[in-house]
Amino acid sequence: MSLLNHIPKQSADAPLDIAVPMFEDAPLISGNQSFASVTNRIAGVVEGPTPKMWWVLFSFSVSLLMVLVGSVGFLVWEGTGIWGLNNPVGWGWAIVNFVFWVGIGHAGTLISAVLHLFRQKWRTSINRFAEAMTIFAVICALLFPTIHVGRVWVLYWFFPIPNQMSMWPNFRSPLLWDVFAVSIYFTVSLLFWYVGLVPDIATLRDRAKTRAKKIIYGILSLGWRGANRHWRHYELGYLILAGLSTPLVLSVHSVVSTDFATSIVPGWHTTIFPPYFVAGAIFSGFAMVMTLAIIARKAFHMEDFITINHLEKMAKIIMVTGLMVGYAYSMEFFISWYSGNEFEKFAFINRAFGPYAWAYWIMISCNVIIPQMFWSKKLRTNVAVLFVLSIFVNIGMWFERFVIIASSLSRDYLPSSWDYYSPTIWDISTLIGSFGLFFTLFLLFLRFLPMISMAEIKGVLPQANPHHTMYDKPGVAHQSR
Amino acid sequence: MLAEFSDPAALLHGAEKIHCEGYTRFDCHSPFPVHGMDEAMGLTRSPLGYIVFVFGLLGAIGGFFLQTWVHTKAYPLTYAGKPYFSWQAFIIVTFGLMVLAGALSSVLGLFHLSKLPRLFDGLFYSERFAKVSDDGFFISVDVKDPRFDCTETHRFLESIGAINIEVIKSE
Repeated sequence: MSLLNHIPKQSADAPLDIAVPMFEDAPLISGNQSFASVTNRIAGVVEGPTPKMWWVLFSFSVSLLMVLVGSVGFLVWEGTGIWGLNNPVGWGWAIVNFVFWVGIGHAGTLISAVLHLFRQKWRTSINRFAEAMTIFAVICALLFPTIHVGRVWVLYWFFPIPNQMSMWPNFRSPLLWDVFAVSIYFTVSLLFWYVGLVPDIATLRDRAKTRAKKIIYGILSLGWRGANRHWRHYELGYLILAGLSTPLVLSVHSVVSTDFATSIVPGWHTTIFPPYFVAGAIFSGFAMVMTLAIIARKAFHMEDFITINHLEKMAKIIMVTGLMVGYAYSMEFFISWYSGNEFEKFAFINRAFGPYAWAYWIMISCNVIIPQMFWSKKLRTNVAVLFVLSIFVNIGMWFERFVIIASSLSRDYLPSSWDYYSPTIWDISTLIGSFGLFFTLFLLFLRFLPMISMAEIKGVLPQANPHHTMYDKPGVAHQSR
Repeated sequence: MLAEFSDPAALLHGAEKIHCEGYTRFDCHSPFPVHGMDEAMGLTRSPLGYIVFVFGLLGAIGGFFLQTWVHTKAYPLTYAGKPYFSWQAFIIVTFGLMVLAGALSSVLGLFHLSKLPRLFDGLFYSERFAKVSDDGFFISVDVKDPRFDCTETHRFLESIGAINIEVIKSE
């Protein structure tokens, strides 16, 4: 039985058939689940013994995390001179990585907030770990500007805190907007994630066997007892958070893009940047969700909850946003020619054929050419193809930020100041280490918290609808128990 | 008194009837929000929206005035030839602080209205109640309800389709 069947049927002479569902009528959750089987499958992952594979991956991730700790430690000791920064290229990999990680985060909020507002019920299977991914990606992102300032111990200068020098930050600078946008984004994402988690942590509390688990999950679930007098505030609160997060997520990458767009560097000074960055962020974020979803569903046998249908919908979003990104690339070229500005024209010819042409063409191949494979239904429903393509997109989007930053800065107005930027071993180790931080946090999340929202999955099962036809016949309803 | 129901439909009908019967201090417990339950229980829309609106507005106004104060009174410095009161440049942080205040107030407000955190509740004495976060559907009736009467309420709950009824003695 489909979920969409309770939508009232339009009469034959209705002028507009507005009730037609946007997506095909396949069931969201397969395997004929009952409420209890949903709980057992999802909470079972957290309660069961730790798989050996988890330990292997966890040790690997923690090793990478140690690389990050070492690299950042040396950076703080020695200064940003250990990176490959030079005089025209003052923003190197640190800023590339920052923009990359913030972008990754966007898909989580998009799935949890925007799709919630649009009542896209397929999001329930993927929103929990997509939100977790957002939080961990934003943690990685926040790390880079933090260490890029060099003197991390004066970081509090960023915030409007009364201090001994009676100095205040400059609210007219896009760099300060960034501080606010990204840290507020982190806070709101964390709140959203936690609110969604409360009913599920209550499930873990009720099923906990050991005293320690009972206490920890008990405190975290705040005494949740599924009361409808709570659910009514909860549902509205969740909706409001989704409503607040939606403009927020669109603003965050727009603000990040103003770091570039409000400067006068050729190749940066364009008004297309905010929408272009947001589309790119969603593009890369969905690719990362896809990568993680495919690994998680395989590793924990979640094929019933994260169906091929979910993956296909994500592939479609990747393709749409990929086309937007491709459009932005071509529009940048058009405008640089149409503006008649010599410097702009040079910046883009240099981008495609100059010293960083290799990076530019990696970006074009990964972001524009390869996602075209998703036009084929056969390819976008093939898990192996999806997995490989999602990794290509991630690589491509990292290169996009590299191309924007390095190619523009290294060739600005005055040829005598030009220089070529190449990373040092410390740039590379910090980037690799940030993946260690991300995957360590993600693996801990998979181990200790339910990776799929149980309460929401139950809510989209056919038997959750009290007006479902199965309840019209007495006795049939008990099949759900 | 805690009564278990077999499924969301039974819970919804039970809630309708107990509300019609004039009970006021009762609640329905389910592992997920059941559609139409607020109407069945006779609950109005949550007032959370107004709370968030007020706090979001305060966040925006406060944020805007903070920036204005910083750049015109506390630390008036000229950067890049921009005027001290550059209201256009203040909009982004104003918006951010509105969202932050709104989000914090919606979370704190939601827990405040639900009287949470409350780590202990009499209902947790019931072994059976642990199912509420799995696949259990319950109606609880508080002893302080003016219509509460141990035998009468028990009979009434049975008549509306409860499958397990237990009396929880706490305090």
